[in-house]
Amino acid sequence: MPGLVEVVARYGETTVVVEPASIVDAALHLREAEGFDFLSDITAVDYLGWGEAGVSGYIGTPGGRDINGPATQGYQVVPQPKPARFAVNYHLLSISDRPRRVRLQTWLDDGQGVQTVVRVWPTADWHEREAFDLMGVVFDEHPNLQRILLDDDWEGHPLRKDYPIGGEPVRFSGEA
Amino acid sequence: MTSTARRTTGAPIYEGTRIPSPIPTVLTTPPELEATGDILTINFGPNHPSTHGVLRLVVDLYGEDVTGLAAVIGYLHTGFEKNMEQKTWWKAIPYAPRIDYVSFQNNEYVFVGAVEKLLEIEVPPKAVWMRTLLAELNRIHSHLVWLGTSALELGAISMFWYAFREREQILDLFELVAGYRMHTRYFQVGGLAEDVPRGFYPEARKFCEWMPNAIDDYETLLTRNKIWLERTEGLGLLSRDDAIALGQSGPVLRASGVDWDIRKTEPYLAYHQVDFRVPVFETGDVYARYLVHMAEMRESVRIVEQCLDRVERMEGEPWIADDRKVVLPPRHELHTSMESLIHHFKIVTEGFRVPEGEVYFAIESPRGELGCYVCSDGGPKPWRVKFRAPSFVALQATATAMNDALIADMIAIVGSLDTVMGEVDR
Repeated sequence: MPGLVEVVARYGETTVVVEPASIVDAALHLREAEGFDFLSDITAVDYLGWGEAGVSGYIGTPGGRDINGPATQGYQVVPQPKPARFAVNYHLLSISDRPRRVRLQTWLDDGQGVQTVVRVWPTADWHEREAFDLMGVVFDEHPNLQRILLDDDWEGHPLRKDYPIGGEPVRFSGEA
Repeated sequence: MTSTARRTTGAPIYEGTRIPSPIPTVLTTPPELEATGDILTINFGPNHPSTHGVLRLVVDLYGEDVTGLAAVIGYLHTGFEKNMEQKTWWKAIPYAPRIDYVSFQNNEYVFVGAVEKLLEIEVPPKAVWMRTLLAELNRIHSHLVWLGTSALELGAISMFWYAFREREQILDLFELVAGYRMHTRYFQVGGLAEDVPRGFYPEARKFCEWMPNAIDDYETLLTRNKIWLERTEGLGLLSRDDAIALGQSGPVLRASGVDWDIRKTEPYLAYHQVDFRVPVFETGDVYARYLVHMAEMRESVRIVEQCLDRVERMEGEPWIADDRKVVLPPRHELHTSMESLIHHFKIVTEGFRVPEGEVYFAIESPRGELGCYVCSDGGPKPWRVKFRAPSFVALQATATAMNDALIADMIAIVGSLDTVMGEVDR
């Protein structure tokens, strides 16, 4: 397996974590050698602020709930730290072979790109455009990396955790 | 339990691949045609009655031939996934059915199912069977809407009225059981929101008796109708390999000869305990997709009947798990038990917590593989929710399926992919 970092099994699912530089090699390996011919989905996740803020001020400890603190709000256990800000998850499925699924995962910092897998699975085209549009993950050498759901002149990437929520400025007629 | 044998007969639908290159979703007009100066580029949509919502297709026409095509989407984007991150787990449930407003029960279940997978909570049998029943009724509902609108677009106006007549009966059943016709929010994490009302079973039985005759009527009108055959046969071809490469699922994939149904391959709910067939057709055209839809409706009626047999005998059994950290306590306890009142208050105001982790849960929605990825940080709100929308993926196949098509065929082809724009844009 090219660029393998680790294999995690949880909730009955297998996650294969690889280095971002070898994502295409890993994808080709999974398709050719392991028979994962079907790409279900690509999901990008922003982990900015992961484990830092509880719902209303309370944060647990890695060992569990702090019984001396106000124990009703927020985390009961601080979640495990993540290796980088963004995770890109490729949910793969084997249709022709025996049915099984795997999650291919790679970790990126802000501004770091990852190679496109459009040449491995053509269906990645729109999934990658969506991840770029809403999360700002750049897929290098993608043949058509434009915004897909939002307007072309939209500013920012709304699914990022630092994207302001709570309305957008509205221009009224007659305003300069 | 029976399953269809894998029918791997003879000739491929077409040789090689027709997926455009380098952009798999954009059909480009050949330069020699472009040089003739006779190419007309038109916007089909976003507001066109036969685009199943708000879809814009930028089409290059050479006479009546479609030579280039690019789909432009996003007109219905409302930020469901971002919204769900701001809500507690149980307050996020009503968003899920609104994503695909035609197969709402399935959408609701996929989110609830994903959360249950993270919680590792056990759902009582009555809820499992009732969910299966409603998911299948919803499949018939979704196929009816597809049949009515797609046939309408090809000129078979009467089909629309017949299909919507039966659709109305299904919506009445949903109203009877949940109080709402659509977006019922009847699935709660851990089971169902309320017990099944007694009047539901005889009404559902009546529907199951009626529906096969209605499907016979539809088939009498369309299946061997010469106009219908000419408008659908041999059009919108998608080979087995191209369908898999483009991530197609559901009826589109099964019409291209792939025997694949998540209800069989990775059974969820009660699908491993019911008897049904998976219809597979080999020709990969619009007509094959029509046949898959018709056959699936018949199978769904059979599943609903089997579910009814089981649920009817579960009178008085619990319909939701008894886990007070996740499930609201029974209403009558609130008057007598302090603990129940506290639990009720805490779940309503703060929500319940879901253990840290990430899962991808996939089901066979009427449109194909509907997946839900949820990620939790251990708190009461989802960290990230993502829907793998089968319609979003199906639209990627338009450029491939539009090979050698005429502008009039485009309506039939886009219609046969069975997309719901709410789900495409989310």
